[in-house]
Amino acid sequence: MPFDPARLFAARLGGHYAALGLEYRGYGDDWVELAIPYADALVGDPSRGVVASGPILAMMDVAASAAVWLRHGRFVAHATLDLRVDYLRAAAPGRTVVGRGECYRIARSVAFVRGQAHDGDPADPIANVTGTFMAPEGYR
Amino acid sequence: MTPPFVLPPYAALIGAAFDRDEAEPVLVMPFSDAVLGRPGFLHGGAIAGLMEMAAIAALRHALAVEGGGRIKPIGVTVDFMRGGRDKPTRAAGSVTRLGTRVANVEATAWQDDRDRPIAAARMNYLLDRS
Repeated sequence: MPFDPARLFAARLGGHYAALGLEYRGYGDDWVELAIPYADALVGDPSRGVVASGPILAMMDVAASAAVWLRHGRFVAHATLDLRVDYLRAAAPGRTVVGRGECYRIARSVAFVRGQAHDGDPADPIANVTGTFMAPEGYR
Repeated sequence: MTPPFVLPPYAALIGAAFDRDEAEPVLVMPFSDAVLGRPGFLHGGAIAGLMEMAAIAALRHALAVEGGGRIKPIGVTVDFMRGGRDKPTRAAGSVTRLGTRVANVEATAWQDDRDRPIAAARMNYLLDRS
C-alpha cells in the first residue's frame, strides 16, 4: 500500500503533534510540508515573543521522516540518527511557521534528508535542516 | 541551586522544570502525552527541545559570572542514540568555550543512567555582551 501522508497526519494528531498544534499542508514525490500556527505556549524567548527552537526541530523531524517514506514509496520503521538545524533568523512573533522536509537519497539502511522552515516567504527561510534516518531492517 | 533563568512557556508545554536536587542546572521532563511520539516513546523533537533549554541554562549560568548578556542560537546538531521510554528524562548542558562573541555548548539527555545518554547535542550561540 503506497504511503499516504494525508491519512497519516489525519490519524496521528495526538501526543507531541497535538501539543505543538502541528498541521499537515501537502506533499510531493519526495517532500512533505507541515505548519505550526503561532501560539504563546510555544514561545522560547518571552522578551522577543520568539517561538522556541524545539517545536521547529520537531516539525522538521516529522516532515523529513514522512518525506523518506514518500520517496521510498511505503512506510518503513526507522529512527532519526542525527539532525542539524541552522537558525538563519528568528521567526517573527505571531506568524505561522511552515516547514518542508525532503528526502534526497535512500541508501541500504540510511536515508538522507534536508529541509527549510519559513514564516511566510519561502525565499526568506528561518531555518535550514539536514539529517539522516536509520532503518534497522533496512530500506527494502 | 538557584535556577539561572525563568523557563519559557515552551518548557511548561513539554513539562520541563529545573531539578532542584542537583547542584548544577539540570532539567527534568516527565513522560507525558504532550511529549509522546510513536506509541511508548518520547518524540525526538521534545528531547531536542529539552537539551536546547539545558544548554541555554548552562550558558546563562556561565555568562552570569561575567556580567550576563543576550544569547542568540546559531545552530544545533542533535544525535539520537536511544529511544526515550516511559520514565523521566533529564538534560544538562556544558559550556565548552565561552568566547567574547560566540559560545560553544554541549548537552546530553538521559533517563536511568547519565553514562548512557539517549541523545546528545552541540550548539553554537552568538553572544551580545553590550
